[in-house]
Amino acid sequence: MEQTRVPPPGKRLKRVVSPVSLYPSKPLCLSDRLSLRAYIANRVTDKLTPIHDRIFCCRSGSAADTQAIADVVTYQLGFHSIELDEPPLVETAANLFRASCYRYREELTAGILVAGWDRRKGGQVYCVPIGGMLVRQPVSVGGSGSSYIYGFMDSNYKPNMTKDQCLELTAAAVSLAMERDGSSGGVVRLASISKDGVERRVILGNQLPKYSTH
Amino acid sequence: MALSNVLHAPAAGFNFDHAARNAELEGLFDAQIPKPVKTGTTIAGVVFKDGVVLGADTRATSSEIVADKMCSKIHYIAPNIYCCGAGTAADTEKTTELLSSNLTIFSLNSGRNPRVVMAVNILQEMLYRYHGQIGASLILGGVDCAGNHLYTVGPYGSVNTMPYLAMGSGDLAALGILEDGYKPDLELDKAKELVRAAIHAGVMNDLASGNNIDICVLTREGVDHIRPYQVSQYKDKRKTKYKYGAGTTAVLTEKVVPVKLEVVEETVQRMDTA
Repeated sequence: MEQTRVPPPGKRLKRVVSPVSLYPSKPLCLSDRLSLRAYIANRVTDKLTPIHDRIFCCRSGSAADTQAIADVVTYQLGFHSIELDEPPLVETAANLFRASCYRYREELTAGILVAGWDRRKGGQVYCVPIGGMLVRQPVSVGGSGSSYIYGFMDSNYKPNMTKDQCLELTAAAVSLAMERDGSSGGVVRLASISKDGVERRVILGNQLPKYSTH
Repeated sequence: MALSNVLHAPAAGFNFDHAARNAELEGLFDAQIPKPVKTGTTIAGVVFKDGVVLGADTRATSSEIVADKMCSKIHYIAPNIYCCGAGTAADTEKTTELLSSNLTIFSLNSGRNPRVVMAVNILQEMLYRYHGQIGASLILGGVDCAGNHLYTVGPYGSVNTMPYLAMGSGDLAALGILEDGYKPDLELDKAKELVRAAIHAGVMNDLASGNNIDICVLTREGVDHIRPYQVSQYKDKRKTKYKYGAGTTAVLTEKVVPVKLEVVEETVQRMDTA
């Protein structure tokens, strides 16, 4: 019943991209300061960023801000882990994100999901939205496309699903959001984190589950 | 955290050293503050089998006027790293110069050739610190021991890496060509032609890009900076010399007034001769 891996789907790419007025990321809308056009700066961005061996973060919001924060936290966590001579806890990583996001909340636009596996609590997902709150959840979604899939996740997530069920659920959720959100699109990136390591997968545009019939 | 490659660590936060000076200069210019020269630009880069090809147009604009018809937008960073710059001309120029200096210091200190990721990280740190105030969109390409790399750094400090990239006001036009024509492991000739076509699309479809096309090929063996690679077909026939022969302007009247000088003081200084 305790799936050994258990990355609650929240952990997989359910973040779908970022808000319109900000900077480029995957198929992201860029609002150029000068021309206010919608432009996809990179249609294959990797928004799943490794923070440590078994800890990843999903970035949404301003690409520049989230890349900078992720770099800082990677450094801090790496240092901390070396001091302790132990793999770091996911909760620690989440708190480091929260510390930066809250302290600089006026200047930053960053919505981050921290997810990973550690020996103490197994698979965990922590949500650090804009503003710098920190809350642990079994399932979480974020980004501009997340509004469209809250209902989907609420109704389809069940505790103790298997890894494959989780992967399927997450891929379906992200595809649905991509279908509706103009700022989301491109490819779906999935990562499955467990005691045994990290497995990364990409679902290309033409392989996505199809939902529209018209 | 001071980097070993820079002369001194940057102070935290914005550097407003020039704010007071700028405020005073504004008064001097009588409301006609010179507009910053922008390189409304098309720049592109492609990773091919043996290295990286970078391309750029050569037009620098100041609003609607072409400020420089043969501007060099492919900047030297290190023997194995070059950088194309779009955005505010001064910002791209100075940022790349600063980066180049820092990497040279690093090379001398460590005895190693710099890596492209190092250049990218330094740029990202610096541009993020200035939160977009430095209007530099850069495409960095280079070849190092870890392979062939192509990165783009935006003015706010975001980094993207792809096998083909385009930036500047003509980026959409160039990207159309790149998306259509890019294949992994291109040969050198095909890669050069692809980049040329991409920049050409920018030149043709974007008003702020134009004139000639520069290409820079980086491989393990070395660098081939071809300037210009393609010359604009719209060559103007003006002569650059505007010398008028004597008599072009008619002299209507002539008045000669001798200036009276009187000797006030005379001193003789002996020169030492040995």
